[in-house]
Amino acid sequence: MKKVLCTVLAVVMAFVCFAGCSAPAAEGGNEAVGSAASGDTIKVGLLGPYTGDLAVYGLAVKNGATLYFDKVNAEGGINGKKIELISYDNKGDDAEAINAFNREVDEGITAFIGDVITSNTIAVAGEANAVNMPMITASATAEAVTVNPDDGSVYTNVFRTCFIDPFQGEKMAQYANEKLGYTRAAVIVQTGNDYAAGLNEAFKAKCEELGMTIVAEEGYAKGDKDFNAQLTNIKAADPEFIFCPNYYEDDGMIVKQARALGLTVPFLGGDGWDGVVKYASAEELEGTFYCSAYAPGSTDAVKAFEEAYTAAYGTDTLNMFAANAYDAAMVMCAALAKAEETGEAPASDAYKQAVIDAIKTEGASVVGITSEAGYTFDANNNPIKDAVIMTITNGEAVYKETF
Amino acid sequence: MNTLSLILRQVVNGLQSGSIYALVALGYSMVYGIIMLLNFAHGDIIMVGAYAAWFCLCGFAGNPILAIIAAIFVCVLLGVSIEKVAYAPLRQSPRLSLLITAIGVSYLLENLAQLVFGAGAKSMPSFMPTSTISIGSIDVSWTAIITLIVTAISMAALTLLVKKSKMGKAMRAVSEDTGAAQLMGINVNRTISFTFALGSALAGIASVLYCAAYPQATPTMGSMLGLKAFVAAVLGGIGSIPGAMVGGLAIGLAEAMVSAVGLSVWKDGIVFAILIVVLLVKPTGIMGHEIQEKV
Repeated sequence: MKKVLCTVLAVVMAFVCFAGCSAPAAEGGNEAVGSAASGDTIKVGLLGPYTGDLAVYGLAVKNGATLYFDKVNAEGGINGKKIELISYDNKGDDAEAINAFNREVDEGITAFIGDVITSNTIAVAGEANAVNMPMITASATAEAVTVNPDDGSVYTNVFRTCFIDPFQGEKMAQYANEKLGYTRAAVIVQTGNDYAAGLNEAFKAKCEELGMTIVAEEGYAKGDKDFNAQLTNIKAADPEFIFCPNYYEDDGMIVKQARALGLTVPFLGGDGWDGVVKYASAEELEGTFYCSAYAPGSTDAVKAFEEAYTAAYGTDTLNMFAANAYDAAMVMCAALAKAEETGEAPASDAYKQAVIDAIKTEGASVVGITSEAGYTFDANNNPIKDAVIMTITNGEAVYKETF
Repeated sequence: MNTLSLILRQVVNGLQSGSIYALVALGYSMVYGIIMLLNFAHGDIIMVGAYAAWFCLCGFAGNPILAIIAAIFVCVLLGVSIEKVAYAPLRQSPRLSLLITAIGVSYLLENLAQLVFGAGAKSMPSFMPTSTISIGSIDVSWTAIITLIVTAISMAALTLLVKKSKMGKAMRAVSEDTGAAQLMGINVNRTISFTFALGSALAGIASVLYCAAYPQATPTMGSMLGLKAFVAAVLGGIGSIPGAMVGGLAIGLAEAMVSAVGLSVWKDGIVFAILIVVLLVKPTGIMGHEIQEKV
């Protein structure tokens, strides 16, 4: 008898215990659905490393995006609904990122800006795809972010506002052709370097498309310091410019040796050139062009953004990541506004699908601070956007134009 | 640019890098000749020399003469102290221990440089005329001409020193038979130190010429340069002084020619393929002489 009583008591206690646990969760769930259904707010998730050594990136993205969402809220929100931000620190850890993302999903987010660093973003992208969550990352550049690694299919719900590395090669081919009027290119590229090879392949493909000729293509190995032989070949081929998609230490050395050989044509490169001015003289570098994602103080829009950002968060995290996050928020808001027209309830599946569709259709009309031409997404959901063209004059990298 | 001048231009490129390889290869060869040690730390002595030159150019008003002297002085000091500290205590040990010690010293120097100067490249201010002159149909930079001249002078001086001076005679004697040389009253320790000093001085000259042509100093710059010079020394016949000169120039020219035909990516591969072929076909190299193993 005593035994039976014990068992019954235990069962009752366990039941109460479970009930106790599940009740608030159910309530919370109800609350999230309830508030969404009532249409007061649109919940948007943010995620990133806000502590630790990657915090400068995470905070930049968080602040940049928040700055824009706050602005939208101050102007009355989207379709009368305020945007409610839900943000967690993922500490730069993949498992932490997935947990935090799922928690945000449970709390009823409709859209998601993040993640920040590439490995976290790849981890979260798979989770986001499973629940068809509209997601824009402002900073993860790896190609794998928007592509399912298992079957190579594109994650239809994942977008980004930063450009991937090879895109720079494409941009520079276009710039050389359309702005500088060149048709004869030579290439010198470090072989076995993913960054350089990616830029080079994209550059060559675009050149072919534009009807430009590659008159010489030379390679070198990591650690090489002597480029005279390759540059002699390039000089013999008589190009109008040299595309050099390498890192700045090599770039400086290549420019120096080219000038010593009497090779005077301009050099074009990617953002690996940033910092080259220490490695070659002003005369040698004069007239060099390279592209970058963001140039501080370049345009009026950038200046206005920097002023607003500094006023709200200071200058510690004011960088490219903050600017791209601001644009990501802008694209997301444009998509949310479009999705509101469907009359669906936020956080519903139909609403999320509408947001995803709208990112593709509305992106092009968004005048972002880093891309006046807006954000058009290609087949892999990578943006076709403006790049900042930098040029080197008098030994200093200066903003040339947004292209 | 027509084909002939293109070839001539590539020959100049090859001679320029080849001269530097030759200067470094001499250090390898002389040390091997005297204590049968492949001094794999030799390339890193050049790296330290380059940093010494950089330090002088940036720190002391950029006086190039001072920089050259500093580079040579630091290299000699370093070469001799490495010999005294790391190699001399092991002179009676198996040769493998010496070789492993040399590799250890090489890593020590590289990582020490990384610790002190950082992993990034230090940009060398230019200290030689950067203009070019036209010889026939080709433009040749002054740096290339100065490199060739300095190398030729250094080699001539070295040959004279080894052939004519008393110390040179001692070096040759120790190299041929250490025991017999000692019995004849030659101070073996001093001779070995002198050889290291001489090799390191050439490395110092090479480091300055290298920095003039490729104006960056990095902690790992010596490793590939050292390996290629080692190939040059083997190709010429390790232990042979004229062999090191010929081998260095041959490697430089081979690299330039490989690039000239459009295989620049294969440059390093070809150099090491040469090493394999030499070791298989003629292990004593172009100018090396057969060594009779005493039974």
